[in-house]
Amino acid sequence: MSKTLKLEEKDKATVSSSGIDLSEKSRSASFYQQDSHTKLYQSFQEGIDILSTEEALAKYPEAKEYYGKNFRLLNRDFPQDTEGGYFIRVKKGKTIELPIQACLFLKAQGFKQKVHNLIIIEEGARVYLITGCSASHSADEGFHLGISEFFIHKDAYLNFTMIHSWKETVSVKPISIAYVEDGGVFISNYVCLKPVKDITMYPTAVLAGDKSRAVFNSLILSHPNSLHDVGSRVILRGDDTQAEIVARAVSLGGKVIARGHVKAENKNVKGHLECRGLILSEKGQIHAIPEMETDYRDVDLSHEAAIGKISKDEIEYLCARGFSQDQAQSIIVRGFMDVSILGLPDVIKKEIEKIEEATLKGSF
Amino acid sequence: MLKVQNLTVKIGGKEILKDISLEIEKGEVVILFGPNGCGKTTLLKTIMGFSGPEIKGGKITFKDKVLNGLPTEERVKLGIGLMYQHPPKIRGVKLKQMADYLSKDKEKVQELTARLSLGDHLTRDVNVDFSGGEMKRSELFQVILQDPELLLLDEPESGVDIENIGVMGGVLNEHLKKKGKSALIITHTGYILDYVQAKRGCVLLDGKFWCVGDPKEMFQAIKESGYDKCKECICPKH
Repeated sequence: MSKTLKLEEKDKATVSSSGIDLSEKSRSASFYQQDSHTKLYQSFQEGIDILSTEEALAKYPEAKEYYGKNFRLLNRDFPQDTEGGYFIRVKKGKTIELPIQACLFLKAQGFKQKVHNLIIIEEGARVYLITGCSASHSADEGFHLGISEFFIHKDAYLNFTMIHSWKETVSVKPISIAYVEDGGVFISNYVCLKPVKDITMYPTAVLAGDKSRAVFNSLILSHPNSLHDVGSRVILRGDDTQAEIVARAVSLGGKVIARGHVKAENKNVKGHLECRGLILSEKGQIHAIPEMETDYRDVDLSHEAAIGKISKDEIEYLCARGFSQDQAQSIIVRGFMDVSILGLPDVIKKEIEKIEEATLKGSF
Repeated sequence: MLKVQNLTVKIGGKEILKDISLEIEKGEVVILFGPNGCGKTTLLKTIMGFSGPEIKGGKITFKDKVLNGLPTEERVKLGIGLMYQHPPKIRGVKLKQMADYLSKDKEKVQELTARLSLGDHLTRDVNVDFSGGEMKRSELFQVILQDPELLLLDEPESGVDIENIGVMGGVLNEHLKKKGKSALIITHTGYILDYVQAKRGCVLLDGKFWCVGDPKEMFQAIKESGYDKCKECICPKH
């Protein structure tokens, strides 16, 4: 396996725009797959297993048990025709300070990338994982299917950030299921700021263990002719489990369907859904569909949704402080897409802020 | 400094201000009294150039420049500052960002932050989950950093506890004592009168000015007899 990655200059910029640090200096481990080829994987810290899913299935007998386990749990089928994907395991009790990164890159024109990822965070381990998915300038009419199965064992913590940086002609379909044991925490952040043809995803977290917690945050900028059908679902199965789903969407002319579903399967659980949408173009569309479901009385489920154009009052407030109308609009949109909601360490937060700044500049 | 001449304003087709005139001299503090819905806030919004109020007649000038039709930010650049009664929430925008924009004087920002007990609020989104009193302190903080020549204060002390009214009154008084600073202050509670040197008060009723006089005396009379009595003391020439 190559220890250095050779990329065209143009591709370097694209890959970086999905949160990948090509120098790897600020990362504890890296995985890189281009189309169906695993080009690189390496870890700089003990306690991390990182390799392609195929290799992991051959190397570790237990990997086979994990493969498809979350789908079987929910009686769901999953595509079998995948090639590649990553296997990441953080060993029991390990705290990994620097994030692990995984890059899934579409390069060939018309290529259909289909990957199956397995992420296992063993008991008491803590880690940040950034997955950057992007498409080369040459990858027109591409397709990306990304299956991810997360296993958050007892008292483990995973902060997973997926950054999409596609192009107008690419269709994308991530399918994710997370299984969280007692005291485990699964935080899933989704950031999509670049144009895409269409993206459909509805990741699910099953909070099976007592006192486990899941948070889904999304920041979506929808460009003209893009369709984002995105949502998050949490099943509150254990006692005293908690879920929060927060979506922020700005439409510059694209369509966003923001779904959310919290299902209480136990008493004494708590769930909150929040969707805020801003429409900056006449052609933009946002459809918020929050769902809450319970068979029990002693639960605390709530939701709030607000969609529309930028409030005139907010613009005027900032103008009354001396900002011009355009500056005020820009400040409000940047504030609306506040990266702080993702709960990331400063270093990743700043990187995403930079990507966001570069994308928003001149977008409206 | 500020001249409002024969101003008639409609909101949603309804006449709110009816041919009113008001002049504020450089260095002068004027108190505006009036019951809810009489048009006080509309007057401030019209001076700021906000959407909603529609000028049907008359004009507003500030430092001899006609404000009619001028964008809000241009009025701010001329030296007008507003402290909101009910400011909106600005999500994702931190109070510190506003402070950094409004004043380059770090010491002043630091000192004012401490005096108004806003240290914990600087890293929070502007007005999001602020209590009524915190909002007022944050509003005063911003408008003082803005350092306007004419301050428009819309009920600065409502919802603020007595202790903080003292702190805010002190901050406000210091600002107004500086040379050439003027203010137009709306008050219902009258507490602010103990902290500012206001020589003139006026009462706005049904979109018209009815009375002008010493603000403390006026406030006492309003407390005792209500606003209706003001109509009996007709004094339309101000």
